[in-house]
Amino acid sequence: MNDLSLHIIDIIQNSLSAGAFFIRLTVDENIKEDRLKIIIEDNGKGMTQEQVAKLSDPFFTSRTTRRVGMGIPLFKQSANQGGGDLKVESTVGEGTVVTAWFQHSNIDRPPLGDVANAFLLMLSANPNHHFVLKYIYNENEYLFDSEEVKEILGDIPFNDASIIRILTDMIRENLIDLRK
Amino acid sequence: MNKIKSLDDLRKMKQNLEHEMNIREKSNEPESLVQIRVAMATCGIASGARTVMNTLVEKIEKDKIPAVVTQGGCMGYCYAEPTIEVKVPGKDPVVFGNVDSQRAIDILEKYVVNGELLEGIIPTNYQTINEKK
Repeated sequence: MNDLSLHIIDIIQNSLSAGAFFIRLTVDENIKEDRLKIIIEDNGKGMTQEQVAKLSDPFFTSRTTRRVGMGIPLFKQSANQGGGDLKVESTVGEGTVVTAWFQHSNIDRPPLGDVANAFLLMLSANPNHHFVLKYIYNENEYLFDSEEVKEILGDIPFNDASIIRILTDMIRENLIDLRK
Repeated sequence: MNKIKSLDDLRKMKQNLEHEMNIREKSNEPESLVQIRVAMATCGIASGARTVMNTLVEKIEKDKIPAVVTQGGCMGYCYAEPTIEVKVPGKDPVVFGNVDSQRAIDILEKYVVNGELLEGIIPTNYQTINEKK
């Protein structure tokens, strides 16, 4: 995984496999506290405490197509090398919250990558799911709620190629503004 | 085109784009669209599935190809990632392995648009290592 946005795609894919139809991605960059936090919340089927405990074991997977599951272990490794860690909280029947945090200035912290693109690809590939992006940069905040946007777009689906480009640009512009 | 930043901008853009969209809308019954599923599990992502997905979306917009891109999980072809499954209406789905940006464009131009078969198709009777008894 070259950057953190790829981990985000990977964890959202897990949420989708768990039957989630609501997914909230929070990216929280706090330069003053030298901290970067990524939170992915879903309303999927959740996991038992036993399953959660086994997550950091790469040879644990709920999948049947292959015997290894590297998603969480790789994300945890990235967090650890970037001066942070990863935790998973889950309740059966309610959903799962994956939180990864990093030391923002750590030289071994992988770059964030294109979060706007990662988020939009997930939304466009699953146009009937409810996706929320909350991006915090110090005290500034940007919120993108797919339900609000869906209301405006009406008949035009999220998987329309032009819409994907327009919405990605829209999120990118707002994220640039957060840094001003 | 002006930059779109707020939901209001989006509302205005929608009105401008609407009649252009209507043409596409008519062919938008899911059965008449080509469905392209990009495998987006850890193995796929690590080997470049996101780049492939972006290339597909850009090409579809540029050439106005009646197709939608969705994502799937791991199909067990980790050795051949990135893989994409292409379902042309009325035909059986075909899985292509080792797809990069160039191959993604070839698949759209040659297989989807012209109906030519290409190399690198993973046969449906292929068994993954876990299925082999």
